[in-house]
Amino acid sequence: MKAIDRTIGGSPIGAAAEDKWTSIRSKKMILRKALRAALRALNLAGLLALVLIFAMPFVWMISTSLKTLPETMIFPPEWIPKSPVWQNYADAWNTGPFLRYFVNSVVIAVGILILQMLTIIPASYAFARYKFKGSNFLFGIVMVTLMIPAQLIFLPVYLELSAFKLLNTHLGLILPFASSAFGIFLLRQAFMQISDELLEAARLDQAAEWKIIIKIMVPMVKPVLVTFALFSFIAHWNDYFWPLVMTTNETARTLPLGIAKIREVEGVATWNILMAGNLILVAPILVVFFLSQRQIIKAFVYNGVK
Amino acid sequence: MTVWEKLRPYGMVAPAIIIFALFFIYPIFYMIYLSMFDWNFVSPTKTYVGFQNFKDLLAEPDFRQVLSNTTVYTVLTVTLTTGIALLLALWMNRKSFFHGFVQGAIFSPHIISLVSISLLWSWLMDPEYGLLNWVIGLAGFGKLEWLSHPSTSLISLVMVAVWKGLGYNALVFIAGLQSIPADIYEAASLDRSKPWTTFTKLILPMLSPTIFFLVIINMIGSFQVFETIAIMTQGGPVNSTNTLVYYIYEYGFRFFKIGYASAAGVILLVIVGILTMIYFKLLSNRVHYR
Repeated sequence: MKAIDRTIGGSPIGAAAEDKWTSIRSKKMILRKALRAALRALNLAGLLALVLIFAMPFVWMISTSLKTLPETMIFPPEWIPKSPVWQNYADAWNTGPFLRYFVNSVVIAVGILILQMLTIIPASYAFARYKFKGSNFLFGIVMVTLMIPAQLIFLPVYLELSAFKLLNTHLGLILPFASSAFGIFLLRQAFMQISDELLEAARLDQAAEWKIIIKIMVPMVKPVLVTFALFSFIAHWNDYFWPLVMTTNETARTLPLGIAKIREVEGVATWNILMAGNLILVAPILVVFFLSQRQIIKAFVYNGVK
Repeated sequence: MTVWEKLRPYGMVAPAIIIFALFFIYPIFYMIYLSMFDWNFVSPTKTYVGFQNFKDLLAEPDFRQVLSNTTVYTVLTVTLTTGIALLLALWMNRKSFFHGFVQGAIFSPHIISLVSISLLWSWLMDPEYGLLNWVIGLAGFGKLEWLSHPSTSLISLVMVAVWKGLGYNALVFIAGLQSIPADIYEAASLDRSKPWTTFTKLILPMLSPTIFFLVIINMIGSFQVFETIAIMTQGGPVNSTNTLVYYIYEYGFRFFKIGYASAAGVILLVIVGILTMIYFKLLSNRVHYR
Protein backbone atom coordinates (compact mmCIF):
# COMPACT_ATOMS: atom_id res chain seq x y z
CA MET A 1 0.00 0.00 0.00
CA LYS A 2 2.63 2.42 1.10
CA ALA A 3 4.78 1.87 -1.96
CA ILE A 4 1.87 2.42 -4.32
CA ASP A 5 0.74 5.57 -2.49
CA ARG A 6 4.18 7.04 -2.77
CA THR A 7 4.24 6.89 -6.53
CA ILE A 8 0.82 8.45 -6.93
CA GLY A 9 1.17 11.66 -8.85
CA GLY A 10 4.62 10.65 -9.99
CA SER A 11 6.38 12.83 -7.47
CA PRO A 12 8.15 11.86 -4.28
CA ILE A 13 6.08 12.45 -1.23
CA GLY A 14 7.25 15.18 1.10
CA ALA A 15 8.56 14.76 4.60
CA ALA A 16 5.28 15.95 6.10
CA ALA A 17 3.32 13.25 4.32
CA GLU A 18 5.88 10.69 5.39
CA ASP A 19 5.37 11.75 9.00
CA LYS A 20 1.63 11.46 8.58
CA TRP A 21 2.12 7.95 7.30
CA THR A 22 4.19 6.77 10.19
CA SER A 23 1.81 8.31 12.65
CA ILE A 24 -1.14 6.54 11.02
CA ARG A 25 0.84 3.35 11.02
CA SER A 26 1.81 3.64 14.64
CA LYS A 27 -1.76 4.57 15.52
CA LYS A 28 -2.89 1.44 13.74
CA MET A 29 -0.31 -0.57 15.63
CA ILE A 30 -1.37 0.92 18.95
CA LEU A 31 -4.95 0.18 18.06
CA ARG A 32 -4.09 -3.38 17.14
CA LYS A 33 -2.12 -3.81 20.34
CA ALA A 34 -5.00 -2.41 22.34
CA LEU A 35 -7.40 -4.72 20.57
CA ARG A 36 -5.18 -7.69 21.30
CA ALA A 37 -4.88 -6.69 24.96
CA ALA A 38 -8.65 -6.26 25.15
CA LEU A 39 -9.17 -9.67 23.61
CA ARG A 40 -6.74 -11.21 26.05
CA ALA A 41 -8.50 -9.54 28.96
CA LEU A 42 -11.85 -10.71 27.62
CA ASN A 43 -10.50 -14.21 27.23
CA LEU A 44 -9.18 -14.17 30.80
CA ALA A 45 -12.42 -12.73 32.14
CA GLY A 46 -14.35 -15.42 30.30
CA LEU A 47 -12.21 -18.18 31.71
CA LEU A 48 -12.55 -16.76 35.21
CA ALA A 49 -16.33 -16.56 34.81
CA LEU A 50 -16.29 -20.18 33.73
CA VAL A 51 -14.30 -21.23 36.80
CA LEU A 52 -16.75 -19.27 38.96
CA ILE A 53 -19.77 -21.01 37.43
CA PHE A 54 -18.27 -24.36 38.28
CA ALA A 55 -16.54 -23.57 41.57
CA MET A 56 -19.14 -21.36 43.21
CA PRO A 57 -21.66 -24.13 43.90
CA PHE A 58 -18.97 -26.10 45.75
CA VAL A 59 -17.81 -23.11 47.75
CA TRP A 60 -21.44 -22.45 48.58
CA MET A 61 -21.84 -26.06 49.70
CA ILE A 62 -18.89 -25.74 52.09
CA SER A 63 -20.14 -22.42 53.37
CA THR A 64 -23.63 -23.79 54.02
CA SER A 65 -22.30 -26.91 55.73
CA LEU A 66 -20.71 -24.72 58.42
CA LYS A 67 -23.72 -22.54 59.16
CA THR A 68 -26.38 -22.69 61.84
CA LEU A 69 -29.89 -23.37 60.59
CA PRO A 70 -31.05 -19.74 61.04
CA GLU A 71 -27.96 -18.60 59.14
CA THR A 72 -29.08 -20.60 56.10
CA MET A 73 -32.30 -18.60 56.09
CA ILE A 74 -30.82 -15.19 55.42
CA PHE A 75 -31.43 -13.41 52.16
CA PRO A 76 -29.34 -11.99 50.59
CA PRO A 77 -27.10 -14.89 51.60
CA GLU A 78 -23.88 -14.47 53.56
CA TRP A 79 -20.81 -16.33 52.35
CA ILE A 80 -18.92 -16.70 55.62
CA PRO A 81 -20.65 -18.13 58.69
CA LYS A 82 -20.02 -16.20 61.93
CA SER A 83 -18.55 -19.19 63.74
CA PRO A 84 -18.21 -22.46 61.81
CA VAL A 85 -20.43 -25.25 63.14
CA TRP A 86 -18.34 -28.42 62.77
CA GLN A 87 -21.02 -30.33 64.66
CA ASN A 88 -23.05 -30.42 61.41
CA TYR A 89 -20.74 -33.11 60.05
CA ALA A 90 -21.20 -35.32 63.10
CA ASP A 91 -24.94 -34.72 62.93
CA ALA A 92 -25.02 -35.73 59.28
CA TRP A 93 -22.97 -38.87 59.97
CA ASN A 94 -25.33 -39.83 62.81
CA THR A 95 -28.53 -39.62 60.80
CA GLY A 96 -28.06 -43.24 59.73
CA PRO A 97 -25.71 -46.24 59.82
CA PHE A 98 -23.06 -44.46 57.82
CA LEU A 99 -20.23 -46.85 58.59
CA ARG A 100 -22.30 -49.62 57.05
CA TYR A 101 -23.16 -47.48 54.03
CA PHE A 102 -19.47 -46.79 53.57
CA VAL A 103 -18.43 -50.45 53.80
CA ASN A 104 -21.24 -51.42 51.41
CA SER A 105 -20.11 -48.81 48.90
CA VAL A 106 -16.54 -50.13 48.98
CA VAL A 107 -17.54 -53.81 48.76
CA ILE A 108 -19.90 -53.24 45.85
CA ALA A 109 -17.71 -50.92 43.77
CA VAL A 110 -14.60 -53.10 44.26
CA GLY A 111 -16.53 -56.33 43.70
CA ILE A 112 -17.94 -55.05 40.43
CA LEU A 113 -14.52 -53.89 39.31
CA ILE A 114 -12.83 -57.22 39.96
CA LEU A 115 -15.52 -59.26 38.21
CA GLN A 116 -15.54 -56.87 35.28
CA MET A 117 -11.80 -57.27 34.81
CA LEU A 118 -12.17 -61.04 34.85
CA THR A 119 -14.94 -61.05 32.26
CA ILE A 120 -14.05 -58.23 29.88
CA ILE A 121 -10.37 -59.03 29.31
CA PRO A 122 -10.87 -62.52 27.84
CA ALA A 123 -14.03 -61.54 25.98
CA SER A 124 -12.57 -58.45 24.34
CA TYR A 125 -9.42 -60.38 23.46
CA ALA A 126 -11.40 -63.13 21.78
CA PHE A 127 -13.49 -60.61 19.83
CA ALA A 128 -10.41 -58.70 18.72
CA ARG A 129 -8.07 -61.54 17.90
CA TYR A 130 -9.91 -64.74 17.02
CA LYS A 131 -12.09 -65.60 14.07
CA PHE A 132 -14.85 -67.91 15.18
CA LYS A 133 -18.28 -68.91 14.01
CA GLY A 134 -21.01 -66.75 15.49
CA SER A 135 -18.60 -64.08 16.66
CA ASN A 136 -20.62 -61.44 14.82
CA PHE A 137 -23.78 -62.58 16.51
CA LEU A 138 -22.16 -62.65 19.94
CA PHE A 139 -20.61 -59.23 19.40
CA GLY A 140 -24.07 -58.10 18.34
CA ILE A 141 -25.25 -59.04 21.83
CA VAL A 142 -22.49 -56.85 23.27
CA MET A 143 -23.50 -53.93 21.06
CA VAL A 144 -27.18 -54.33 21.92
CA THR A 145 -26.28 -54.39 25.61
CA LEU A 146 -24.21 -51.26 25.11
CA MET A 147 -27.31 -49.54 23.77
CA ILE A 148 -29.68 -50.69 26.51
CA PRO A 149 -29.80 -48.27 29.39
CA ALA A 150 -29.71 -50.26 32.63
CA GLN A 151 -32.42 -47.95 33.86
CA LEU A 152 -34.78 -49.28 31.25
CA ILE A 153 -34.85 -52.86 32.43
CA PHE A 154 -34.65 -52.48 36.19
CA LEU A 155 -38.16 -53.76 36.71
CA PRO A 156 -37.66 -57.23 35.19
CA VAL A 157 -34.19 -57.43 36.76
CA TYR A 158 -35.74 -56.61 40.12
CA LEU A 159 -38.20 -59.47 39.70
CA GLU A 160 -35.36 -61.73 38.60
CA LEU A 161 -33.20 -60.89 41.60
CA SER A 162 -36.19 -61.28 43.86
CA ALA A 163 -36.73 -64.78 42.43
CA PHE A 164 -33.05 -65.59 43.08
CA LYS A 165 -33.44 -64.20 46.63
CA LEU A 166 -30.72 -61.68 45.88
CA LEU A 167 -32.51 -58.49 46.86
CA ASN A 168 -30.83 -56.62 49.72
CA THR A 169 -27.57 -58.48 49.18
CA HIS A 170 -24.21 -57.28 47.95
CA LEU A 171 -24.22 -59.96 45.29
CA GLY A 172 -27.52 -58.71 43.91
CA LEU A 173 -26.01 -55.27 43.45
CA ILE A 174 -22.81 -56.65 41.93
CA LEU A 175 -23.92 -59.42 39.56
CA PRO A 176 -25.86 -57.40 36.96
CA PHE A 177 -22.68 -55.35 36.44
CA ALA A 178 -20.21 -58.23 36.57
CA SER A 179 -19.41 -57.51 32.95
CA SER A 180 -19.47 -54.34 30.90
CA ALA A 181 -20.33 -53.93 27.24
CA PHE A 182 -18.62 -50.56 27.27
CA GLY A 183 -15.46 -52.13 28.67
CA ILE A 184 -15.45 -54.87 26.06
CA PHE A 185 -15.99 -52.31 23.34
CA LEU A 186 -13.07 -50.16 24.52
CA LEU A 187 -10.70 -53.00 25.17
CA ARG A 188 -11.47 -54.80 21.93
CA GLN A 189 -10.38 -51.75 20.00
CA ALA A 190 -7.18 -51.55 22.01
CA PHE A 191 -6.41 -55.22 21.36
CA MET A 192 -7.08 -54.79 17.65
CA GLN A 193 -4.50 -52.02 17.43
CA ILE A 194 -1.64 -54.23 18.57
CA SER A 195 0.44 -55.21 15.57
CA ASP A 196 0.35 -58.80 14.37
CA GLU A 197 4.13 -59.03 14.14
CA LEU A 198 4.48 -58.88 17.89
CA LEU A 199 2.03 -61.71 18.31
CA GLU A 200 3.65 -63.82 15.60
CA ALA A 201 7.05 -63.40 17.25
CA ALA A 202 5.65 -64.63 20.54
CA ARG A 203 3.91 -67.52 18.83
CA LEU A 204 7.17 -68.56 17.13
CA ASP A 205 8.63 -68.89 20.59
CA GLN A 206 6.02 -71.58 21.20
CA ALA A 207 4.68 -69.70 24.20
CA ALA A 208 1.31 -70.89 25.45
CA GLU A 209 -1.53 -68.71 24.25
CA TRP A 210 -2.75 -67.73 27.73
CA LYS A 211 0.79 -66.75 28.65
CA ILE A 212 1.01 -64.54 25.58
CA ILE A 213 -2.25 -62.90 26.54
CA ILE A 214 -1.30 -62.23 30.15
CA LYS A 215 2.37 -61.42 29.72
CA ILE A 216 2.38 -59.52 26.44
CA MET A 217 -1.06 -58.43 25.31
CA VAL A 218 -2.64 -57.24 28.56
CA PRO A 219 0.30 -55.00 29.53
CA MET A 220 0.03 -53.37 26.11
CA VAL A 221 -3.53 -52.26 26.79
CA LYS A 222 -2.88 -51.20 30.38
CA PRO A 223 -3.74 -47.53 29.79
CA VAL A 224 -7.17 -48.52 28.51
CA LEU A 225 -7.64 -50.89 31.44
CA VAL A 226 -6.77 -48.14 33.92
CA THR A 227 -9.15 -45.84 32.08
CA PHE A 228 -11.93 -48.30 32.35
CA ALA A 229 -11.19 -49.16 35.98
CA LEU A 230 -11.35 -45.50 37.03
CA PHE A 231 -14.49 -44.99 35.03
CA SER A 232 -16.20 -48.06 36.44
CA PHE A 233 -15.23 -47.44 40.06
CA ILE A 234 -16.37 -43.84 40.06
CA ALA A 235 -19.61 -44.69 38.26
CA HIS A 236 -20.58 -47.41 40.73
CA TRP A 237 -19.32 -45.52 43.78
CA ASN A 238 -21.63 -42.68 42.80
CA ASP A 239 -24.57 -44.81 41.73
CA TYR A 240 -27.87 -44.00 43.37
CA PHE A 241 -30.45 -45.57 41.12
CA TRP A 242 -29.52 -49.23 41.23
CA PRO A 243 -29.02 -49.57 45.00
CA LEU A 244 -32.22 -47.57 45.53
CA VAL A 245 -34.25 -49.87 43.35
CA MET A 246 -32.70 -53.17 44.44
CA THR A 247 -32.82 -52.68 48.20
CA THR A 248 -35.72 -52.50 50.61
CA ASN A 249 -33.72 -52.20 53.85
CA GLU A 250 -30.39 -50.91 55.11
CA THR A 251 -28.40 -54.18 54.75
CA ALA A 252 -26.79 -53.42 51.40
CA ARG A 253 -27.50 -49.71 50.98
CA THR A 254 -24.68 -47.42 49.91
CA LEU A 255 -23.42 -43.93 50.78
CA PRO A 256 -25.35 -41.97 48.13
CA LEU A 257 -28.60 -43.46 49.46
CA GLY A 258 -27.65 -42.55 53.00
CA ILE A 259 -26.96 -38.96 52.02
CA ALA A 260 -30.15 -38.63 50.00
CA LYS A 261 -32.07 -40.01 52.97
CA ILE A 262 -31.01 -37.16 55.24
CA ARG A 263 -33.46 -35.06 53.33
CA GLU A 264 -36.34 -37.45 53.91
CA VAL A 265 -35.59 -37.86 57.62
CA GLU A 266 -35.83 -34.22 58.54
CA GLY A 267 -39.17 -32.48 58.36
CA VAL A 268 -37.73 -29.00 57.78
CA ALA A 269 -35.13 -28.54 55.08
CA THR A 270 -31.97 -28.56 57.20
CA TRP A 271 -29.72 -27.48 54.38
CA ASN A 272 -26.70 -27.09 56.65
CA ILE A 273 -26.79 -30.76 57.75
CA LEU A 274 -27.61 -31.86 54.24
CA MET A 275 -24.67 -29.99 52.74
CA ALA A 276 -22.37 -31.39 55.45
CA GLY A 277 -23.46 -34.91 54.51
CA ASN A 278 -23.08 -34.04 50.87
CA LEU A 279 -19.53 -32.91 51.50
CA ILE A 280 -18.73 -36.24 53.17
CA LEU A 281 -19.77 -37.91 49.91
CA VAL A 282 -18.07 -35.46 47.56
CA ALA A 283 -14.84 -34.58 49.36
CA PRO A 284 -12.96 -37.88 48.88
CA ILE A 285 -13.64 -37.94 45.15
CA LEU A 286 -12.81 -34.26 44.71
CA VAL A 287 -9.55 -34.65 46.65
CA VAL A 288 -8.54 -37.63 44.53
CA PHE A 289 -9.55 -35.71 41.44
CA PHE A 290 -7.42 -32.69 42.22
CA LEU A 291 -4.44 -34.85 43.16
CA SER A 292 -4.53 -36.91 40.00
CA GLN A 293 -6.56 -34.63 37.79
CA ARG A 294 -4.48 -35.22 34.71
CA GLN A 295 -4.68 -39.01 34.87
CA ILE A 296 -8.41 -39.02 35.60
CA ILE A 297 -9.24 -36.64 32.78
CA LYS A 298 -7.01 -38.66 30.53
CA ALA A 299 -8.75 -41.79 31.72
CA PHE A 300 -12.20 -40.47 31.01
CA VAL A 301 -11.52 -38.50 27.89
CA TYR A 302 -8.38 -39.19 25.96
CA ASN A 303 -8.17 -42.93 26.16
CA GLY A 304 -11.88 -43.37 25.98
CA VAL A 305 -12.59 -41.86 22.62
CA LYS A 306 -10.01 -43.18 20.23
CA MET B 1 -6.58 -76.75 14.94
CA THR B 2 -7.42 -78.77 17.98
CA VAL B 3 -10.90 -78.92 19.44
CA TRP B 4 -9.68 -76.91 22.41
CA GLU B 5 -8.42 -74.17 20.14
CA LYS B 6 -11.77 -74.07 18.39
CA LEU B 7 -13.67 -73.86 21.67
CA ARG B 8 -11.34 -71.37 23.32
CA PRO B 9 -12.92 -68.16 21.98
CA TYR B 10 -16.34 -69.32 23.11
CA GLY B 11 -15.01 -70.02 26.57
CA MET B 12 -13.47 -66.59 26.69
CA VAL B 13 -16.59 -64.68 25.75
CA ALA B 14 -18.95 -66.94 27.70
CA PRO B 15 -18.85 -65.25 31.15
CA ALA B 16 -19.58 -61.82 29.71
CA ILE B 17 -22.25 -63.08 27.33
CA ILE B 18 -23.97 -65.00 30.14
CA ILE B 19 -24.11 -61.88 32.27
CA PHE B 20 -25.52 -59.85 29.37
CA ALA B 21 -28.02 -62.56 28.52
CA LEU B 22 -29.19 -62.88 32.13
CA PHE B 23 -29.34 -59.23 33.08
CA PHE B 24 -29.89 -57.36 29.81
CA ILE B 25 -31.26 -59.52 27.01
CA TYR B 26 -33.57 -61.82 28.94
CA PRO B 27 -35.09 -58.97 30.99
CA ILE B 28 -36.10 -57.24 27.77
CA PHE B 29 -38.14 -60.23 26.66
CA TYR B 30 -39.47 -60.70 30.17
CA MET B 31 -40.54 -57.06 30.19
CA ILE B 32 -42.31 -57.43 26.84
CA TYR B 33 -44.06 -60.51 28.23
CA LEU B 34 -45.07 -58.74 31.44
CA SER B 35 -46.39 -55.77 29.50
CA MET B 36 -49.30 -57.93 28.35
CA PHE B 37 -50.43 -58.86 31.84
CA ASP B 38 -52.23 -57.25 34.71
CA TRP B 39 -50.21 -58.07 37.80
CA ASN B 40 -49.62 -56.39 41.15
CA PHE B 41 -46.41 -58.26 42.07
CA VAL B 42 -47.92 -59.83 45.21
CA SER B 43 -50.76 -61.86 43.77
CA PRO B 44 -49.84 -65.34 42.50
CA THR B 45 -51.87 -64.96 39.31
CA LYS B 46 -51.12 -62.79 36.34
CA THR B 47 -54.09 -61.87 34.17
CA TYR B 48 -53.50 -61.74 30.42
CA VAL B 49 -54.79 -58.47 29.01
CA GLY B 50 -53.15 -58.33 25.58
CA PHE B 51 -52.37 -54.79 24.47
CA GLN B 52 -54.76 -53.19 26.95
CA ASN B 53 -51.89 -51.73 29.02
CA PHE B 54 -50.53 -49.95 25.95
CA LYS B 55 -53.97 -48.63 24.99
CA ASP B 56 -54.50 -47.34 28.53
CA LEU B 57 -51.08 -45.77 28.64
CA LEU B 58 -51.34 -43.95 25.34
CA ALA B 59 -54.82 -42.73 26.20
CA GLU B 60 -53.67 -41.30 29.51
CA PRO B 61 -52.86 -37.56 29.35
CA ASP B 62 -50.30 -37.91 32.16
CA PHE B 63 -48.32 -40.43 30.15
CA ARG B 64 -48.42 -38.28 27.03
CA GLN B 65 -46.99 -35.48 29.08
CA VAL B 66 -44.30 -37.85 30.36
CA LEU B 67 -43.39 -38.65 26.76
CA SER B 68 -43.23 -35.03 25.76
CA ASN B 69 -41.28 -34.11 28.93
CA THR B 70 -38.71 -36.78 28.18
CA THR B 71 -38.38 -35.68 24.56
CA VAL B 72 -38.07 -32.00 25.41
CA TYR B 73 -35.57 -32.77 28.16
CA THR B 74 -33.46 -34.97 25.88
CA VAL B 75 -33.46 -32.65 22.88
CA LEU B 76 -32.61 -29.59 24.98
CA THR B 77 -29.95 -31.33 27.04
CA VAL B 78 -28.22 -32.99 24.10
CA THR B 79 -28.17 -29.93 21.83
CA LEU B 80 -27.19 -27.48 24.56
CA THR B 81 -24.51 -29.72 26.04
CA THR B 82 -22.95 -30.70 22.74
CA GLY B 83 -23.25 -27.24 21.20
CA ILE B 84 -21.87 -25.24 24.12
CA ALA B 85 -19.18 -27.84 24.70
CA LEU B 86 -17.99 -27.47 21.10
CA LEU B 87 -17.75 -23.69 21.48
CA LEU B 88 -15.92 -24.07 24.78
CA ALA B 89 -13.53 -26.56 23.21
CA LEU B 90 -12.68 -24.25 20.29
CA TRP B 91 -12.07 -21.50 22.81
CA MET B 92 -10.09 -23.48 25.37
CA ASN B 93 -8.06 -25.69 23.06
CA ARG B 94 -4.73 -24.39 24.34
CA LYS B 95 -2.05 -25.98 26.39
CA SER B 96 -1.19 -23.83 29.37
CA PHE B 97 -1.31 -24.26 33.10
CA PHE B 98 -4.25 -21.91 33.38
CA HIS B 99 -6.22 -23.61 30.64
CA GLY B 100 -5.51 -26.95 32.26
CA PHE B 101 -6.84 -25.59 35.53
CA VAL B 102 -10.03 -24.29 33.92
CA GLN B 103 -10.53 -27.59 32.13
CA GLY B 104 -10.20 -29.41 35.44
CA ALA B 105 -12.71 -27.10 37.08
CA ILE B 106 -15.40 -27.55 34.45
CA PHE B 107 -14.78 -31.30 34.34
CA SER B 108 -15.19 -31.85 38.09
CA PRO B 109 -19.01 -32.24 38.15
CA HIS B 110 -18.65 -35.22 35.86
CA ILE B 111 -17.08 -37.42 38.52
CA ILE B 112 -19.41 -36.40 41.34
CA SER B 113 -22.44 -38.40 42.36
CA LEU B 114 -25.74 -37.22 40.91
CA VAL B 115 -27.06 -37.36 44.46
CA SER B 116 -24.62 -34.63 45.49
CA ILE B 117 -25.36 -32.59 42.42
CA SER B 118 -29.11 -32.90 42.88
CA LEU B 119 -28.97 -31.92 46.55
CA LEU B 120 -26.59 -29.07 45.86
CA TRP B 121 -28.71 -27.64 43.06
CA SER B 122 -31.94 -28.06 45.00
CA TRP B 123 -30.37 -25.78 47.55
CA LEU B 124 -28.94 -23.37 44.95
CA MET B 125 -32.38 -23.18 43.34
CA ASP B 126 -34.25 -22.70 46.60
CA PRO B 127 -36.89 -20.04 45.78
CA GLU B 128 -36.49 -18.22 49.08
CA TYR B 129 -32.86 -18.47 50.20
CA GLY B 130 -31.13 -19.95 47.15
CA LEU B 131 -27.89 -18.57 45.79
CA LEU B 132 -29.17 -18.56 42.22
CA ASN B 133 -31.89 -16.05 42.98
CA TRP B 134 -29.28 -13.86 44.61
CA VAL B 135 -27.08 -14.09 41.49
CA ILE B 136 -29.87 -13.21 39.06
CA GLY B 137 -30.89 -10.50 41.53
CA LEU B 138 -27.44 -8.94 41.07
CA ALA B 139 -28.18 -8.85 37.35
CA GLY B 140 -31.42 -7.04 38.06
CA PHE B 141 -33.88 -9.88 37.69
CA GLY B 142 -36.62 -10.80 40.13
CA LYS B 143 -36.73 -14.07 42.05
CA LEU B 144 -37.56 -17.21 40.11
CA GLU B 145 -39.34 -20.27 41.46
CA TRP B 146 -37.01 -22.66 39.57
CA LEU B 147 -38.01 -26.23 40.46
CA SER B 148 -41.20 -25.21 42.24
CA HIS B 149 -43.02 -23.83 39.23
CA PRO B 150 -44.18 -25.97 36.28
CA SER B 151 -43.05 -23.39 33.74
CA THR B 152 -39.42 -23.41 34.88
CA SER B 153 -38.98 -26.84 36.47
CA LEU B 154 -38.00 -28.85 33.39
CA ILE B 155 -35.61 -26.22 32.06
CA SER B 156 -34.04 -26.03 35.53
CA LEU B 157 -33.32 -29.74 35.34
CA VAL B 158 -31.86 -29.28 31.85
CA MET B 159 -29.61 -26.58 33.31
CA VAL B 160 -28.28 -28.97 35.92
CA ALA B 161 -27.68 -31.66 33.31
CA VAL B 162 -25.81 -29.24 31.05
CA TRP B 163 -23.75 -28.02 34.00
CA LYS B 164 -22.79 -31.57 34.82
CA GLY B 165 -22.08 -32.72 31.28
CA LEU B 166 -20.38 -29.68 29.81
CA GLY B 167 -16.86 -30.32 31.06
CA TYR B 168 -16.75 -33.92 29.91
CA ASN B 169 -18.12 -33.04 26.49
CA ALA B 170 -15.75 -30.10 26.07
CA LEU B 171 -12.74 -32.21 26.97
CA VAL B 172 -13.75 -34.93 24.54
CA PHE B 173 -14.02 -32.25 21.86
CA ILE B 174 -10.61 -30.86 22.80
CA ALA B 175 -9.17 -34.36 22.45
CA GLY B 176 -10.82 -34.56 19.04
CA LEU B 177 -9.44 -31.17 18.00
CA GLN B 178 -5.96 -32.12 19.09
CA SER B 179 -6.06 -35.29 17.04
CA ILE B 180 -6.53 -33.23 13.85
CA PRO B 181 -3.07 -33.13 12.26
CA ALA B 182 -1.39 -29.71 12.47
CA ASP B 183 -0.42 -29.70 8.81
CA ILE B 184 -4.08 -29.60 7.85
CA TYR B 185 -4.47 -26.33 9.73
CA GLU B 186 -1.31 -25.07 8.06
CA ALA B 187 -2.58 -25.99 4.62
CA ALA B 188 -5.82 -24.17 5.38
CA SER B 189 -4.04 -21.04 6.51
CA LEU B 190 -1.75 -21.15 3.45
CA ASP B 191 -4.83 -21.29 1.28
CA ARG B 192 -6.07 -18.21 3.16
CA SER B 193 -9.21 -20.05 4.03
CA LYS B 194 -11.54 -17.93 6.15
CA PRO B 195 -11.93 -19.09 9.76
CA TRP B 196 -15.59 -19.90 9.22
CA THR B 197 -14.81 -21.94 6.08
CA THR B 198 -12.00 -23.75 7.91
CA PHE B 199 -14.48 -24.54 10.65
CA THR B 200 -17.34 -25.82 8.47
CA LYS B 201 -15.31 -27.48 5.74
CA LEU B 202 -12.47 -28.84 7.77
CA ILE B 203 -12.82 -28.93 11.53
CA LEU B 204 -16.45 -29.99 11.61
CA PRO B 205 -16.04 -32.96 9.23
CA MET B 206 -12.91 -34.06 11.07
CA LEU B 207 -14.81 -33.85 14.34
CA SER B 208 -17.85 -35.76 13.15
CA PRO B 209 -16.84 -39.07 14.80
CA THR B 210 -16.49 -37.17 18.07
CA ILE B 211 -19.85 -35.47 17.63
CA PHE B 212 -21.38 -38.84 16.85
CA PHE B 213 -19.93 -40.35 19.99
CA LEU B 214 -21.06 -37.49 22.19
CA VAL B 215 -24.58 -37.22 20.83
CA ILE B 216 -25.12 -40.95 21.35
CA ILE B 217 -23.69 -40.88 24.87
CA ASN B 218 -25.68 -37.78 25.81
CA MET B 219 -28.87 -39.13 24.35
CA ILE B 220 -28.62 -42.41 26.21
CA GLY B 221 -27.86 -40.49 29.41
CA SER B 222 -30.75 -38.06 28.98
CA PHE B 223 -33.28 -40.73 28.19
CA GLN B 224 -32.58 -42.53 31.41
CA VAL B 225 -32.61 -39.42 33.57
CA PHE B 226 -33.84 -40.39 37.00
CA GLU B 227 -31.65 -39.22 39.88
CA THR B 228 -32.13 -35.50 39.50
CA ILE B 229 -35.87 -35.98 39.14
CA ALA B 230 -36.22 -38.41 42.05
CA ILE B 231 -34.28 -36.14 44.38
CA MET B 232 -35.13 -32.65 43.14
CA THR B 233 -38.74 -32.73 41.96
CA GLN B 234 -40.31 -36.21 42.27
CA GLY B 235 -41.82 -35.59 38.86
CA GLY B 236 -43.63 -32.43 39.96
CA PRO B 237 -44.87 -29.83 40.17
CA VAL B 238 -48.05 -31.05 38.45
CA ASN B 239 -46.24 -33.72 36.45
CA SER B 240 -44.08 -31.12 34.69
CA THR B 241 -40.82 -33.01 35.22
CA ASN B 242 -42.09 -36.57 35.16
CA THR B 243 -40.00 -38.55 32.68
CA LEU B 244 -40.15 -42.13 31.45
CA VAL B 245 -37.81 -43.85 33.88
CA TYR B 246 -39.31 -42.04 36.87
CA TYR B 247 -42.79 -42.91 35.64
CA ILE B 248 -41.87 -46.59 35.34
CA TYR B 249 -40.31 -46.45 38.79
CA GLU B 250 -43.44 -44.95 40.34
CA TYR B 251 -45.83 -47.37 38.68
CA GLY B 252 -43.65 -50.37 39.47
CA PHE B 253 -42.58 -49.65 43.02
CA ARG B 254 -45.25 -47.37 44.43
CA PHE B 255 -48.44 -48.41 42.69
CA PHE B 256 -47.31 -52.02 42.00
CA LYS B 257 -48.80 -52.03 38.52
CA ILE B 258 -46.10 -54.23 37.04
CA GLY B 259 -47.78 -54.83 33.68
CA TYR B 260 -48.51 -51.16 33.22
CA ALA B 261 -44.97 -50.13 34.15
CA SER B 262 -43.56 -52.80 31.82
CA ALA B 263 -45.66 -51.46 28.96
CA ALA B 264 -44.15 -48.01 29.58
CA GLY B 265 -40.73 -49.68 29.60
CA VAL B 266 -41.43 -51.29 26.23
CA ILE B 267 -42.41 -47.91 24.80
CA LEU B 268 -39.14 -46.43 26.07
CA LEU B 269 -37.30 -49.38 24.52
CA VAL B 270 -38.95 -48.76 21.15
CA ILE B 271 -38.10 -45.05 21.24
CA VAL B 272 -34.47 -45.66 22.15
CA GLY B 273 -34.25 -48.39 19.49
CA ILE B 274 -35.69 -46.23 16.71
CA LEU B 275 -33.50 -43.26 17.62
CA THR B 276 -30.39 -45.39 17.69
CA MET B 277 -31.17 -46.91 14.31
CA ILE B 278 -31.94 -43.57 12.67
CA TYR B 279 -28.77 -42.22 14.09
CA PHE B 280 -26.62 -45.07 12.82
CA LYS B 281 -28.23 -44.79 9.39
CA LEU B 282 -27.62 -41.05 9.18
CA LEU B 283 -24.11 -41.43 10.37
CA SER B 284 -23.09 -44.23 8.09
CA ASN B 285 -23.82 -41.82 5.22
CA ARG B 286 -22.32 -38.72 6.70
CA VAL B 287 -19.59 -39.45 9.16
CA HIS B 288 -16.17 -38.72 7.81
CA TYR B 289 -14.04 -41.45 9.27
CA ARG B 290 -10.32 -41.05 9.49
